[in-house]
Amino acid sequence: MAELLQFVFSGLTVGAIYAIVALGFTLVYNASDIVNFAQGEFVMIGGLATVFLVAAGIPLPLAALIAIVSAVIVGLLLHRLAIEPAHGATPVTLIIITIGASIFIRGVAQIVFDKQFHKLQPFTGETPIAVLGATILPQSLWVLGGTLVIVAAVFWFLERTVAGKALRATAANRLAARLVGIDTTMVLMLAFGVSAAIGAIAGVLVTPITFTRYDVGTILALKGFAAAMLGGMGSPIGSVVGGLLLGLLESLGAGYISSTYKDAVAFIAILLVFFVMPQGLFGGRHIERV
Amino acid sequence: MTRASKSLRLGAIAATFALGLGSAFAADPIKIGSVVSATGPASFLGDPEARTLKMQVEAINKAGGVNGRPLELVLYDDGGDANKARTFATRLVEDDKVVAMVGGTTTGTTMAMIPVFEDAKIPFISLAGAIEIVEPVRAYVFKTPQTDKVACEAIFADMQARGFKKIGMISGTDGFGKSMRNQCMKVVGSFGIEVAADESYGPQDTDMTPQLTRIKNTDGIQAVVNPGFGQGPAIVTRNYAQLGIKLPFYQSHGVASKSFIELAGAAAEGVRLPAGALLVAEQLPDSDKQKKIVVDYKKAYEAATGQPVSTFGGYAYDGLAILVNAIETTKSTDPQKLRDAIEGTNGFVATTGVFNFTKDDHMGLDRTAFRMLEIKNGGWTIVGSGS
Repeated sequence: MAELLQFVFSGLTVGAIYAIVALGFTLVYNASDIVNFAQGEFVMIGGLATVFLVAAGIPLPLAALIAIVSAVIVGLLLHRLAIEPAHGATPVTLIIITIGASIFIRGVAQIVFDKQFHKLQPFTGETPIAVLGATILPQSLWVLGGTLVIVAAVFWFLERTVAGKALRATAANRLAARLVGIDTTMVLMLAFGVSAAIGAIAGVLVTPITFTRYDVGTILALKGFAAAMLGGMGSPIGSVVGGLLLGLLESLGAGYISSTYKDAVAFIAILLVFFVMPQGLFGGRHIERV
Repeated sequence: MTRASKSLRLGAIAATFALGLGSAFAADPIKIGSVVSATGPASFLGDPEARTLKMQVEAINKAGGVNGRPLELVLYDDGGDANKARTFATRLVEDDKVVAMVGGTTTGTTMAMIPVFEDAKIPFISLAGAIEIVEPVRAYVFKTPQTDKVACEAIFADMQARGFKKIGMISGTDGFGKSMRNQCMKVVGSFGIEVAADESYGPQDTDMTPQLTRIKNTDGIQAVVNPGFGQGPAIVTRNYAQLGIKLPFYQSHGVASKSFIELAGAAAEGVRLPAGALLVAEQLPDSDKQKKIVVDYKKAYEAATGQPVSTFGGYAYDGLAILVNAIETTKSTDPQKLRDAIEGTNGFVATTGVFNFTKDDHMGLDRTAFRMLEIKNGGWTIVGSGS
């Protein structure tokens, strides 16, 4: 029982990170059909910028805020300088542009920051909390709590605000959205800004656990993408469930089956889901589009 | 000129011509080639190597060069890409016509470059870790870092001395971790130790508590060893503390740097690992043969770059020193003579250890190249010589 609980703690912590990245994918995808492979770079910017600002003597909350704002600026610039000029290109072209942008951002980060791994002090100490024989780090609670808040905020934004409703309308039918007066370019810009912000927040939260370096975004983007696909590309709730599920599959796979095949266990599970539900767990809204 | 008749390869012929010309003008620079991964994922290895080579070549030239001739370093950055490394290796042989090569940051780039230098019959001193580079022995390929096999032996010897018989192992699945795990598995039996739990983790993984929980729940384990590289071992170390595992914990020479202690923080206390003399330069007893050279190199490097010295830069320092020694003793820049001289290097004190190359051993180091260290109060303490 203690063993299972330990695996679940581990899986949820890792899964929460995947979930936030997947949520970022979903927002941009809904507004544009683009899978933004630079999503992981926002996580990197959030974490690394905070580390360097804290090292420069700025208190953590302010450092985190500046880091998040910087990531949002990078996100908006990405949209303005790379995506917007390619207006009208096919989604595949735009996806390739985002891959190029992610390589570019990593390159710049190497110069602006450095090539070393960095850590951030945990927000509330390092003493593990014992729960029924298993242990969890206080920082993991921050990650889980942060994820919860981010998810709630994103849902509030999508359901309750005009901008969020515009985003949903664009996702449902871009042409119709434009016909009723929604500026879909603005919506896409908004999606980039918000996804950059949540990515950066995730970066700040997880850096005390995972460490960070200029190139951590790549693997996060891949895992986040897998999580988004598992949950159903385009479904915010799906991306969260997909992320947590992927994290749990990995940790249970490593714990009960074999650590050598833990990634294989997770990916086989994903493949099985696709055999039964090709649109992912919560996907399927886009099938009518021909 | 018998060499040229043996080989019709353009590169070799061109190199021979270049050498002929070289010896005609005594003050011509001696061209030494290098391909390192100064950028990219292995940059933390390649960057100090590149800096060290530049710094040392400059220092040697300032002191009058080698045999009255200055050295010219032809340095390329492969970014960690084996294909690029091979292209640069070809360029070194065919265009730059170097007399020897010191470089090859990773095992991947080294293995890609070996055929180029073997074909051209030019000595290649690699700075990469894996045993595959020198086993089987290749005529022109040498290396300066200790192999993972020697590191495994150093760890197991320490465990044996402490009376451990049953251990757990958790290894990274990156090239380094995998290779070291396999080498450890090969030699562990000869120390009377059994690996009762054998776990692994991906190089980018962020949580290893499930694997460690399995090790924790395996009966009778007396110590745990973690062959790995990069940030993974630091995360493993923190998870180890999080789970409250009290067993003695061993890391590998792959994380023998200050940054490991910084990343792992308080969890690193009490961790043991085998490491080169450079890491504990000042703490070495004055009787230690290596003390002077490691202290001097450390001071010079830190003054020149403003960065803490790293073991990896030491590999490049040793490679260049062994090559320069060969050029000096043979008074020649003929690659064939250099090769023979490098192979004959004996009792050569350098930063990594004391090198004794032989016909069958192109690494030239034994267990004495490692000091067993323990992390105490955020610093290193020497607990054994590794022998």
